[in-house]
Amino acid sequence: MQRLLSGDYPRSRVLSIVLVLILAGLALAPFVFPGTRSLNVAAKICVFILLVASYDLLLGYAGIVSFAHTMFFGLGAYGIGIAATRLGPTWSSLVAGSLAALAFSALLSLLIGLLSLRVKTIFFAMITLAVASFFAILASQLSWLTGGEDGLTYKLPELLLPGTKLLEAPLLGVEISGRIVSYYIVFFGAACLFLALLRVVNSPFGRVLQAIRENDFRAEAIGYRSVVYRSAANCLSALAATAAGILYALWLRYVGPDTTLSLDIMIDILLMVVIGGMGTLYGAVIGATLFVIAQNYLQDLMKLASDAAAGIPLLPNLVHPDRWLLWLGILFVLSVYHFPTGIVGRLRGKK
Amino acid sequence: MSDDALRVPRIDRIPLALIPAIALLALALIPSLPTWVTLTVAGLAMGMMIFIMASGLTLVFGLMDVMNFAHGAFITIGAFVATSVLIPLAGWTQADSLWMNLAAILPAILAAMAVAGALGLVFERVIIMPVYGQHLKQILITMGGLIVAEQSIHVIWGPDIIPLPKPATLRGSFIFGDIAIEKYRVVAVIVGLAVFAAMFLLLNRTRIGLLIRAGVEDSEMVESLGYRIRRVFVGVFVAGSALAGLGGVMWALYQETVSSAMGMQVMILIFIVIIIGGLGSVGGCFIGALLVGLVANYVGFLAPKIALGSNILLMVLILLWRPQGLYPVAKR
Amino acid sequence: MSNLLALAGVNTHIGHYHILQGVDFVVPRGGLTVLLGRNGAGKTTCLRTIMGLWKASAGRIEFDGSDIARRSTPAVAQLGIGYVPESMGIFAGLAVRENLALAARSGPLDAQRLEWIFGFFPALKKFWNLPAGHLSGGQKQMLAIARAIIEPRKLLLIDEPTKGLAPAIIAHMVEAFRELKRTDTTILLVEQNFNFARALGDTVAVMDSGRVVHTGSMTTLAEDQAEQQKLLGLSLDLHQ
Repeated sequence: MQRLLSGDYPRSRVLSIVLVLILAGLALAPFVFPGTRSLNVAAKICVFILLVASYDLLLGYAGIVSFAHTMFFGLGAYGIGIAATRLGPTWSSLVAGSLAALAFSALLSLLIGLLSLRVKTIFFAMITLAVASFFAILASQLSWLTGGEDGLTYKLPELLLPGTKLLEAPLLGVEISGRIVSYYIVFFGAACLFLALLRVVNSPFGRVLQAIRENDFRAEAIGYRSVVYRSAANCLSALAATAAGILYALWLRYVGPDTTLSLDIMIDILLMVVIGGMGTLYGAVIGATLFVIAQNYLQDLMKLASDAAAGIPLLPNLVHPDRWLLWLGILFVLSVYHFPTGIVGRLRGKK
Repeated sequence: MSDDALRVPRIDRIPLALIPAIALLALALIPSLPTWVTLTVAGLAMGMMIFIMASGLTLVFGLMDVMNFAHGAFITIGAFVATSVLIPLAGWTQADSLWMNLAAILPAILAAMAVAGALGLVFERVIIMPVYGQHLKQILITMGGLIVAEQSIHVIWGPDIIPLPKPATLRGSFIFGDIAIEKYRVVAVIVGLAVFAAMFLLLNRTRIGLLIRAGVEDSEMVESLGYRIRRVFVGVFVAGSALAGLGGVMWALYQETVSSAMGMQVMILIFIVIIIGGLGSVGGCFIGALLVGLVANYVGFLAPKIALGSNILLMVLILLWRPQGLYPVAKR
Repeated sequence: MSNLLALAGVNTHIGHYHILQGVDFVVPRGGLTVLLGRNGAGKTTCLRTIMGLWKASAGRIEFDGSDIARRSTPAVAQLGIGYVPESMGIFAGLAVRENLALAARSGPLDAQRLEWIFGFFPALKKFWNLPAGHLSGGQKQMLAIARAIIEPRKLLLIDEPTKGLAPAIIAHMVEAFRELKRTDTTILLVEQNFNFARALGDTVAVMDSGRVVHTGSMTTLAEDQAEQQKLLGLSLDLHQ
C-alpha cells in the first residue's frame, strides 16, 4: 500500500473511507449501478478525476495558473476521433492517434511552459485563455479534419463496441458487452495514471516543484533551475490531460468542441480542483466525483424544489435545475476564502 | 553641473502609425471603395465600443495589480439593466423624434452605469479587497464571481435572448453616393472619442489623474508622499465597472440582442486588446481596440474562415515585436 | 523634547525572516543622524519600518511625542516625514514638474521654495517638462530629494543618496545637504559613503545584524579608527 500510494496517505479517517467508497463504487459500477446513465456518470467521473488531478499538478503543486488545459484534453480526444474516422476503427489507428496526440501535447506544453517563465502570472493566465480560444476556433473551423461544430462520431474496434457480447450469459445480472470492456479500460487507465501522478508529486521532483512554487528565488539560489522543473510540470500535466482525453473519446465514441474544448469545461475543472482541494491530488477525486454527480443528479433534486416553490417570486428561478452552477459558484468563492485547501484540507484538519 | 548628453524624447509614434497602415493595407486589398469605407467605419465603431469596455479593466490592473476576470459580468449587467429600462419605453425609442429617443436612451445608459458601478463597488470591497496582492486567489475568485454573476443574471432576467432594437432615429445609414455609413456606428465613434477625451483630460490635467498615473507606476511611493491611494483604487474600479456597463449598452444596441453570454464573448477580445495595448496603458488600450476592430472587420470580409482567429494572430505578432505591449507602463 | 524620533525595541519580520531584532536609537531634533552598517544590517528595513511600509512586529517608534509604529504609510507621511528610498521612487512617466507637483500636498508649488531648490539642483529647472525617466541617475536623485523638500518637513528619511553617483556630483550633493541643514529640518541618513557621512553627520548610529551596536557623535567615531574597525570591519576611510 505504501508503494502504491507513494507514501501519500489520505491522513484522515473520513477521507479514507470516502475514497475507498468512491474507488469501490467506480470499480464495481457496471454491477452495482447498472444502467446506461449511471455507467456514463461513472466513466465521466473516472475521466475527470484524471483530468482534474493533472490540473492539480499544475495549479496546486507548481503554482501555475493556465486556462489552456482543455486544449490538451481536446487534443487527446481529437487524436482518437480523427484516427478512428480517417484511419479506420482499428487498434493500430487508435494507437497512432494516441501517440500523435501525446507528442503534439508534449511539444505544445513545452512551448507554453517556456512562455510562462518570461511573463507574470496574470499575463500568462490571459494568454493561455487566448490560446485556448484560438484552439477551439481552429477545431470548429477546420471541419474537413475535425468535423467542425458537429464533431466526429466514429466506430471503435470490435472488442469495444456495445454490440459485442463477451460472455453468453449475463454475469451478476449484467450483460458483459464491449461497453463493459470500454468502461474498464477507462477505469484502469484513469486509476493507473492517477497513481502515477501521485508518485510524481511525492518524488523529489514534486517536492522541488512545491519549493519553487513557494519561493522561486530561493529555489534558484539553492541550485534548482526552475525553468526545467516548471517545463517538466507543464509537460507531465499536459500529457496526463491528453490521456484523459483519449479515454474520454474511447468511451463517448464522439468528439466535438463542446465536449472537450469549451471554456465551460475549463471553469468546471477550476471548480472541481478548488472545491476538492488544491495541491492534494485526492482533492481531484473528491471534486470530480462531487461535481459530476451534482451535474447529473442534483438537477433532478433541484427540479423538485423548483416545482414545489412555483408561485413564489424569484425562488423557483434560484433553485431551477439549470442554476445548479450558481450554487457551485458560490461554494467555489467561499472555498477560496475559507477553505483554500478544499474539502480534503478540511477533512485533514488543516486550515 | 550640466548633462547635455541627453536624448530629447520623441513621443513614441510608431504604434499610432499602425492604424492608418492597416487601413491603407486593407484599401489595397479591398477592391471597392464603398465597401472599404463601410468596413473601416464598422471597425472603428467596434473598436471604440471595445475601448469603452476595456479601458477600465486595464487601468484597474495598472493601478491595483488586480485582473478582474469578472469584468464581463458588468458588461452583461449593463446591457440587461438598459433593456429593462428601454422595453417599457418602447414607445419613445420607436418614435421618429431624436429627442424622444434620447429621452429613453439616456436614462437607460445612466441606469446601466449606476448599477454596474454600484456592483463594482460591492465587488471590490467584498470579493477583491480581501485578496489584494495574492494573484492566484484573485484569478480564482474573480472567475468565481463571474460564474455567480452570470447565473444570477439568469435568475433575474431568465435564460432567453432578449431582442433590443435600435432607436428609430439611429437606424439606417448616411448615404454619400455609393457609400453607406451606418448612423449608429457614427454615434459609437463619437461616444468612444468623447470617453477617450474625458479620460485623457482627467488623467493629464487633474490632480487625481496625476495620482492615478503615479500610482500605476509605484503606488507605494504615492503612499509615502502622503496619499491614501487605496481610496483612489475603489474609485477607479467603480468607474471602470460603470464604463463596462456603458459599453454593454452600446454593444447590445449594436447587436440588437441581449444574452447572458455576451459579456463572456467580448471578454476574449478585451483581453487581446489590453494585452496588445500594454497592461495599464489607456492610450495603448485605445490603439489596441481600434486595431482589433479594424482587423476583425477587414479579415471578416477578406478571409472569413480565419476571421475569428485573426485577432489572436495580431496579438501574437505584436507581442513578438513588443513583448510588453505597445505602450508598456514603466513599473517599479 | 530634544529627540524628534526615538526607536525602542523595534522588531520587524518579513515573512519568515526576522530582520530587525530590537532596534534602539534616537534622532536629535535639528541635526543630521547617520545610520551606518554593513550590507544586510537592516538599515533600509529600519527606514521602511519607520515609514510604515513594513509593520513593526514589536517596539515603539516615537515621533514628536506620539507612537507611530502602527500608523499607515500615508498617515506617517502626513505627520511631516519625507522619504527618499534607495530606488529613488521617481515616477518615470510623469514630468519633473508633475513629480514635484504631486509631492506638494498642500496645493500649488511655492515659487520661492522652488527657486531655492533650483539653486542647488539647476538641472531640474532645465528639464522641467521632461518625463523624469529621461533624467540621468544623478538628476533623478536630485529630483527625489527635491520632492522630499518641496514643502517643509519635520523629518527626512534618506536612503543612500550617493549610491552610484560620480564624485563631482557627490561633492555637489554635500553642498546641497549643507544648505538643507540650515533649515529647520531633521535628517536621518543611511549612507555607505563615509566621507559624505562624515562631512554632514552630527550623530551616528551603527547597525549590525538587525540591532544598533553603537551610538554617539560623528566626530568621535571619525577619530577612532579602532572603533571603526571593530564596528564596520574595515577602516571607514576606505569606504568610498
